[in-house]
Amino acid sequence: MARAAVLGRLTWQVGQVAQIREETATARTIMIDVPGWPGHAAGQHVDVRLTAEDGYSAQRSYSIASAPGRDRLELTVQRLADGEVSSYLTDVLMPGYPLELRGPIGGWFVWDPDAGRPTLLVAGGSGVVPLMSMIRARAAAGSRTPFRLVYSVRSPDTVLYAAELAQRSQAGDGLEVSYVYTRSAPPGAQVRVGRLTPVVLAAPGWTRQDAPAVFICGPTGFVEAAASLLVKAGHDPSVIKTERFGPSGGQA
Amino acid sequence: MGIVSPGFKGRPRSGREKLPPGQYLVTDFPVLSAGPTPRVKTGSWEFRITTETGEVHTWDWAAFQALPAEEFQVDLHCVTKWSKLRTTWRGVSLDTLLAQAQTSAEYALARSYGGYTTNLPLADLLDGQAWVAFEYGGRPLTPEHGGPARLLVPHLYLWKSAKWVQGIDLKAKDEPGFWESLGYHNYGDPWREQRYWGD
Repeated sequence: MARAAVLGRLTWQVGQVAQIREETATARTIMIDVPGWPGHAAGQHVDVRLTAEDGYSAQRSYSIASAPGRDRLELTVQRLADGEVSSYLTDVLMPGYPLELRGPIGGWFVWDPDAGRPTLLVAGGSGVVPLMSMIRARAAAGSRTPFRLVYSVRSPDTVLYAAELAQRSQAGDGLEVSYVYTRSAPPGAQVRVGRLTPVVLAAPGWTRQDAPAVFICGPTGFVEAAASLLVKAGHDPSVIKTERFGPSGGQA
Repeated sequence: MGIVSPGFKGRPRSGREKLPPGQYLVTDFPVLSAGPTPRVKTGSWEFRITTETGEVHTWDWAAFQALPAEEFQVDLHCVTKWSKLRTTWRGVSLDTLLAQAQTSAEYALARSYGGYTTNLPLADLLDGQAWVAFEYGGRPLTPEHGGPARLLVPHLYLWKSAKWVQGIDLKAKDEPGFWESLGYHNYGDPWREQRYWGD
């Protein structure tokens, strides 16, 4: 178990938005300075609390995108239609604003850098966020543990972290990235458009005989489908960790 | 109250349902599980109660279905912040299932197909507070939501309502379950917002 997953009491902390980076037309990364942040394990999330002037408040959970570190963390937030909190975070929040949060939360969906086991990451849409934290944590640790990200998106313009993933997967240190395009592929690309298939998941080096650790994150239907494909392909269900959100679960 | 978030207005306040602190209302039924969904056939399903002295009571699907069932309507509160109100279920009360058990245990550990566990005081399973439910909204419970049968303890956060429930162990000593070992509150009362350790 990752060290940061062992929690003490979780108190609300006030961070300050340091910087905002637009990732796609509907998603942005919020960099927050949180003095005294205890650190986190890759894959964990935080609760964010917004409070209106009349005292009304709303809370939601967001996965941490950044590698474990102190005093600064990054959340990538996808704007949802009718998202009470996500619309504030993506449309209203600006650098310098305070942001109240507590965490890190979750001791299950976390990557353990000491395990050294090949790791298959399967992302649907913005489910890539906690998996990106794992990819970044691996790089920060100088690990060469084989990692493979299978990332299902509607279309190329919805890919989060596209440039960074391209750069990291070309570094030759054991990270592979494969995309699945469910609506439209990049122009000229020789890939078929459609859902995740057993063939995509069973790439050489990533079959059940290779016994990778598996993390799947995305909308419920996607996670159900991906987990079922892997179980049918013979992967041990006990090594498959999932995190589901929506239609209005974890990430509204 | 937290610090004010500049420019945050939130959803309209009028006519809002009374919800536990920090929760918001949904009308769909989100699914949150830690691993792949187990596919449990009713032909091989068994529910087992084991007391602290090792006394065992078991029901196969037919025997379980022959028990008196109740239809009930309850509100659900998930620790991930969503609440769903007035959901309709059919299931067997734990009062019925525990009626024959000779026990002085104070704690219970629910076990599920797939390996999930969750703990709670035995008192929270009694007096019409908990069921093993097998129908949701008038239909057989789907695997995603814990079918063929799940525990339902609606006065606690929903992770206590173990999906794919396989049995309950009665224990003299409390033993943390899956999420309770991973940072989530040991008891989980939504009205006291007991989400995490120390809440």
